[in-house]
Amino acid sequence: MAKDKKQIRIALRNCGFINPENIDEYIARDGYQALGKALEMTPEEVIDEIKKSGLRGRGGGGFPTGLKWELTRKVEAEQKYVVCNADEGDPGAFMDRSILEGDPHTVLEAMAINGYCTGASKGLIYIRAEYPLAIERLKIAIGQAREYGLLGDKIFGKDFSFDIELRYGAGAFVCGEETALIHSMEGLRGEPTVKPPFPSESGYKGAPTNVNNVETYANIPVILLKGSGWFASIGTEKSKGTKVFALAGKVNNVGLIEVPMGTTLREVIFDIGGGIKSGKKFKAVQTGGPSGGCLTEKHLDIPIDYDNLIASGSMMGSGGMIVMDEDDCMVSVAKFYLDFTVEESCGKCAPCRLGNKRLYEILDTITQGKGTEDDLFKLRNLGNVIKDTSLCGLGQTSPNPVLSTMENFYDEYLAHVKDHKCPAGQCKALMSYIINPDACVGCTLCARVCPVDAISGEKKMPHVIDQSICIKCGACFEKCKFGAIFIE
Amino acid sequence: MADIKLPANKVQELREVCAKFNHDKGELINVLHAAQGIFGYLPAEVQEIVAEELNVSVAHVYGVVTFYSFFTMLPKGKHPISICMGTACYVRGAEKVLDEFKRHLNIKVGETTPDGDFSISCLRCVGACGLAPVVTVGEKVYGRVAPEDVKGILAEYR
Ligand SMILES: Cc1cc2nc3c(=O)[nH]c(=O)nc-3n(C[C@H](O)[C@H](O)[C@H](O)COP(=O)(O)O)c2cc1C
Ligand code: SF4
Ligand code: SF4
Ligand code: SF4
Ligand code: FES
Repeated sequence: MAKDKKQIRIALRNCGFINPENIDEYIARDGYQALGKALEMTPEEVIDEIKKSGLRGRGGGGFPTGLKWELTRKVEAEQKYVVCNADEGDPGAFMDRSILEGDPHTVLEAMAINGYCTGASKGLIYIRAEYPLAIERLKIAIGQAREYGLLGDKIFGKDFSFDIELRYGAGAFVCGEETALIHSMEGLRGEPTVKPPFPSESGYKGAPTNVNNVETYANIPVILLKGSGWFASIGTEKSKGTKVFALAGKVNNVGLIEVPMGTTLREVIFDIGGGIKSGKKFKAVQTGGPSGGCLTEKHLDIPIDYDNLIASGSMMGSGGMIVMDEDDCMVSVAKFYLDFTVEESCGKCAPCRLGNKRLYEILDTITQGKGTEDDLFKLRNLGNVIKDTSLCGLGQTSPNPVLSTMENFYDEYLAHVKDHKCPAGQCKALMSYIINPDACVGCTLCARVCPVDAISGEKKMPHVIDQSICIKCGACFEKCKFGAIFIE
Repeated sequence: MADIKLPANKVQELREVCAKFNHDKGELINVLHAAQGIFGYLPAEVQEIVAEELNVSVAHVYGVVTFYSFFTMLPKGKHPISICMGTACYVRGAEKVLDEFKRHLNIKVGETTPDGDFSISCLRCVGACGLAPVVTVGEKVYGRVAPEDVKGILAEYR
């Protein structure tokens, strides 16, 4: 049960334990007690608790949550807004979705507490349209909370009113960035704008707006009930509490995990994740999604927290954690992320719009076997320029997958450009299917399955593949019963 | 411009949706979600109606429609196939599955078969990464799809 020993459930405390469509079950597990408690305190006292807990934003940036609330509180305005960022754009991550589907009330409760602290009477949840079940459950939860008087006017009989509405995303990664998210909620194209002004000064419809991530909110009620001291006792010096990760890729146990900050990658991948699938060799782990990087063997014993991950050339991100084995080509992985970035760049600023496209093209050339050492130099140079000159977080981090794989797997890049070989055997253009004449019995099967007639040979005589015709589909390789075809 | 004749009852439904949102241009994205629900896609004619109802330019509506990948200006097939190209699915071989669908249907991503039965699109993570690689056909979700399974999946809809 190593799996349970290393995990602590705070954000996921109710997921799987309650019926998310029944508010009574949430209440039975201390639900809405934190809101009641908060309303007995002054907003300043509540904010102080959050500050002392050391909670930092789980949406990627790691900004201190209590400080953000305080900033929004201090701005004078008639109307303020509290926003929940449920856009979860990192492909390969599903932490927020699980919280919204498994425990929607915790987010509503925390948003109400946030409203009380910042002086906002209205909450908005910006959620991806791709999450229909989460949307349904949120609608049910909001309805029930209103019925119980936990949302609406004069909550708990106090002079505090708060209500929540949903807003839908429409499939644009950049809308997870808070300024873009706000524009999208206003019905516009989701293009980021320069900060400052920060949303806490001027956000939705120009009003002070406090944006927090789903998982950040899920920690709030527990902190108020169990105390900031308890929360701050978990984790590392500068990263408190737990982090939820979506463990995926080539590990035996895939799924959501919640571990204290400071747990090592080795514990996550080998103890909780049960090691690499099919007995293959561990090669890399990707954290931080399209903004993050690939970490390797030498990083396995680093305690996971915001600062350590950045120092290692990756980042926490929202919690995607993809494990890769010896069959994964790091150049192709970098290319995969760049393809994503190119598609998701909003196009507003040139370094990101054009620079990432160039990065992608260079990587493509390399995987085609046409790259040179000079290309590696260009990748690094251009990557750094994009980081330094892009307007928003998307462009400022988009070269990370390339730069980190170059840092940690330079040999693999060199193999592609110097020897024109792909060590992992992933880059089609760099491999050849070859028939070993000593093993081939001339059964003709391969020639019959080849879709482009690249294989010739007399019956009962060794066959040969014409490399200029072969499209490397692998059909012959799979069909040969004599193991006569090999990949080089 | 009216190339396509939109069914009158659906147009009526769309106008009612716009009224329900108080013709508020801030609700444009919600209106477009509803419109795509009604028509299945957002051809120019639909965008013109939305622009008129919300009192914004057609160019503005078009700018928003093309910005968001969830909105489509082309009709999808009767059985829209979506292959997840999120990272978890990618490292578990989604690309090979996609290639198989393309090969069997002889269309590219974003296209529809000539008989209108199937279309292929790519998604970025449907949040079922534990089941990677994931494919959806209409509302149905297929997990752990291998290239060999593609033929069987298509056969279910033929
Ligand atoms: C390109 C980009 C994408 C982002 N996507 C998300 C996202 O999907 N979910 C999220 O909560 N934050 C995302 N963020 C971070 C938000 O801008 C913002 O910092 C966060 O929602 C603040 O909440 P927190 O302080 O609770 O983390 C993204 C940032 C960038 C630059
Ligand atoms: S960095 Fe990229 S996504 Fe961000 S504003 Fe510039 S073009 Fe848009
Ligand atoms: S299938 Fe194998 S044994 Fe038969 S002809 Fe081809 S390579 Fe030779
Ligand atoms: S890999 Fe495919 S194209 Fe190449 S020889 Fe074999 S069957 Fe023919
Ligand atoms: S990456 Fe495919 S479901 Fe998440």
